[in-house]
Amino acid sequence: MSESRTFEHPDIVLCPGGPMLLRGDHVIQDADGVSHRTERPVSAVCRCSRSASLPWCDGTHKVLPEKLRPT
Amino acid sequence: MLTPKARGALSAAVNEALCAGLADDRCDWPVAESGDDAALTLWTLYELHYRGFEDLADESLEWHPELLRLRRLLERDLERRLRERYSAYAPHRSADFADDLFAYVSSHDGASVAAHVHRHADREQVLDLLRVRSIYHLKEADPTAWVVPRLPVGPKAALVELQYDEYGVGDPNRLHAHLWALGMEAAGLRADYGAYLDEVPLEVLEQNNAMSLFGLHRRLRGAALGHLAAFEATSSMPSRRMAQGLERLGLPAEIVDYYTEHVEADAVHEQLAVRNICGRLVEVEPGVADDVFFGAFTCLDLEDRFARWMLAQWGVSEGQDPDEERDVAPGSAA
Ligand code: FES
Ligand SMILES: [Fe+2]
Ligand SMILES: [Fe+2]
Repeated sequence: MSESRTFEHPDIVLCPGGPMLLRGDHVIQDADGVSHRTERPVSAVCRCSRSASLPWCDGTHKVLPEKLRPT
Repeated sequence: MLTPKARGALSAAVNEALCAGLADDRCDWPVAESGDDAALTLWTLYELHYRGFEDLADESLEWHPELLRLRRLLERDLERRLRERYSAYAPHRSADFADDLFAYVSSHDGASVAAHVHRHADREQVLDLLRVRSIYHLKEADPTAWVVPRLPVGPKAALVELQYDEYGVGDPNRLHAHLWALGMEAAGLRADYGAYLDEVPLEVLEQNNAMSLFGLHRRLRGAALGHLAAFEATSSMPSRRMAQGLERLGLPAEIVDYYTEHVEADAVHEQLAVRNICGRLVEVEPGVADDVFFGAFTCLDLEDRFARWMLAQWGVSEGQDPDEERDVAPGSAA
């Protein structure tokens, strides 16, 4: 299969069962009103709320039971 | 670095050739005396393509046909061994490649060095671990960089997006191998390239050789990227355990920071590696899908072998703490 000529390259990607990927520089306000600036070219924002590094994903979603994982 | 201390007749002969020079038609290499001798020889031959050796007689030895011939024989042997280990673990495939690869990686249950460091290791044990890990971390991301020119457009852009972060986003102060070197120095260890090579076991040489093998052969691009995906997907939580264990022991902030950086970085990298890099590669080149799993398996299996060696060195039994929540898989920072 050959590749297409144009590629999808969204700024925001919702990973099934996992985080939201965010490309570029952004400031995120968490539920307590605290602001966090992104620090890398692509950031992973936690969607399961169980990360120990909120608002960022730390891989914890992978050990959650299926029903607690983000869709 | 200087050519490493020989571990048998073959590595001794290769060292001699590297330091004294080599005629174009020499073809009488001794037989490797042991797995260690063969693995160290291959490691040395690969190193010619990375940073080389200060005591090298002539830099053009990197492409000497007799050294390449010997490398090919040792590589064949290594690849055959790695593939033999893999065949028993045929993965189950569903419709979604990324789901399958994540599931495959998390189903691999192995020994975990990070779990021991988290709660129990003493300072000496941690320093042992840093010394042997340094062989890879001082060239972190380099073996995968070989793969870039071998990829079609989609996976190529995706791999560089990940590697850009490994290489510090253009800032040398943030380059991961450099963060590691700062951590080593702060911990009172040597940070120069290959400083502790003489004390690493076969398991570590094999981990390093497998990455170079996959990275240097276009044919094995699927395995290289599967290895990368498994490495990244087993890093965040073990890195957190490492950081907490090192903090518990009062190790300096620089080495703790190296691991802390990898908690969040690799939570991103695992998504990029599994979905965008491997996922896109397999879409364009479905024929390499099995090699992606082979590479992932090899990463997990070699880390498990290393962890069992390390824990045995410390006299620790493999079983994890009953009160330690299960690792997704064993791993180390990527
Ligand atoms: S989404 Fe990854 S830890 Fe919450
Ligand atoms: Fe990484
Ligand atoms: Fe890294």
